[in-house]
Amino acid sequence: MEWKHRHVLDLKDWKREDILFLLDQAKNMDNLIDRPIKKVPALRGKLVVNLFFEASTRTRVSFELAEKLLSADVVNWSASGSSVSKGETLRDTAWTLEAMGADAVVVRHGASGSAHYLARKLKRAVVFNGGDGAYSHPTQALLDAYTAWKSFPNLEGRKMAILGDVLHSRVARSDIQVFRTLGCEIVLSGPETLMPFDVKSLGVTYEPDPWKAVKNADIVYLLRIQRERQEEGLFPSLDEYHLRFGADEKLVSKAKEGALVMHPGPINRRVEIDSSIADGTQSRILQQVRSGVAVRMALLYLCLGGVMA
Amino acid sequence: MTLREKAKLMSETDMERAIRRMAHEIVEMNKGLEKVVLVGIQRRGVFLAQRIRDVLRQFEQVRVPTGELDITLYRDDLTLLHDHPVVHSTSMPLDITGRHVVLVDDVIYTGRTIRAALDALMDLGRPDIVQLAVLVDRGHRELPIAPNFVGKNVPTSRDEVVEVRVSEIDGINEVVICERQEG
Repeated sequence: MEWKHRHVLDLKDWKREDILFLLDQAKNMDNLIDRPIKKVPALRGKLVVNLFFEASTRTRVSFELAEKLLSADVVNWSASGSSVSKGETLRDTAWTLEAMGADAVVVRHGASGSAHYLARKLKRAVVFNGGDGAYSHPTQALLDAYTAWKSFPNLEGRKMAILGDVLHSRVARSDIQVFRTLGCEIVLSGPETLMPFDVKSLGVTYEPDPWKAVKNADIVYLLRIQRERQEEGLFPSLDEYHLRFGADEKLVSKAKEGALVMHPGPINRRVEIDSSIADGTQSRILQQVRSGVAVRMALLYLCLGGVMA
Repeated sequence: MTLREKAKLMSETDMERAIRRMAHEIVEMNKGLEKVVLVGIQRRGVFLAQRIRDVLRQFEQVRVPTGELDITLYRDDLTLLHDHPVVHSTSMPLDITGRHVVLVDDVIYTGRTIRAALDALMDLGRPDIVQLAVLVDRGHRELPIAPNFVGKNVPTSRDEVVEVRVSEIDGINEVVICERQEG
């Protein structure tokens, strides 16, 4: 198999076969996690820098764990990019990292396009996008696809309902790309103020009524509602959001029997999700966390393990 | 670069005969099958291990536990390869600690695959003994590793490639020797 993706920046040019190959490789990585000795020497001697300009716990920890299980050397570099001009800082940081001998950089940044920018500035190192602005979060989307694929080996023709703040969500954008490529039909729901203007260009439909959106869905995907959005006046209150769009047993019962409930985390109980759903049998939220490690291991291995460009 | 087939080293019957003999040698060397676990190295070793298992069931009326081992993540040449090595599954039917593990592979050449397999195996448990069965030993070892059970010894040159074909993957059972050709 020839692996064509040097960096993982977004999923724009990922074909169905690329995604399916990755999911298969992730499955074999997943099996490692159950073993008494989880660590394998595949990336011994490679230096990976986790460069986080935005707060993130699970993505960073998940990447770090994946890197360590493959025996890479890991450096965590936290930076707050708020006070300095982003372009300058990122470029200088890129050069610094390369001078240190980094083989790969995982970057999380508040500005859309920063992962692409970093990849252009780095001559040698491979870049993994850990989330940039509202643009893309490719590893999250791939771990979501892996989680769904484990329950539904054929995702073709499945219905997925995505509820919540799509407008500000890089997760939603990336998930839409992956799940559409795998043949899912996607319906968005949530307050209209939290929907992007270009819903149609994403190849999905918008249904203001969450009950209709969830009806007969195979996957109910809930997005995190950020408290700041209420202060921006995009919806009246968290309680009102919960009342209308919060996933409770009644709403989820409209979906197909055995439908999966997913959420990128961290969850806001009693806002976008009720505890009965978050902790219920249909919830795949903790499986998503585990999938994250397996999928990131597979990506690290595929981009770093083989021949270096 | 293409491969030109030079000669057939083993027919289907030759392969069956060699596997049968190796199966008997495995019983003999381990004084029975009580502790034996067969572990096929991905990918063709997996099917050869299954064939040894089937022979043992037929002659000894014992179903020997059989696992499969992928060594990709333990290779020492990952950064040298151009084709990206695909990770296959590893699965053991039981805990290998205290067992006699018989590793099964199609061809032994430099010994580097077996070095990786030993590392992979040790991460799964602590076997009492590890033995090695190969269908073809083609020489040119780069590490101090020797098989315990050999189907056929074949002197080769480094320009040649020995291909073991199994019906499950290749649709035919045979062993051939090929020569690398430019163009």
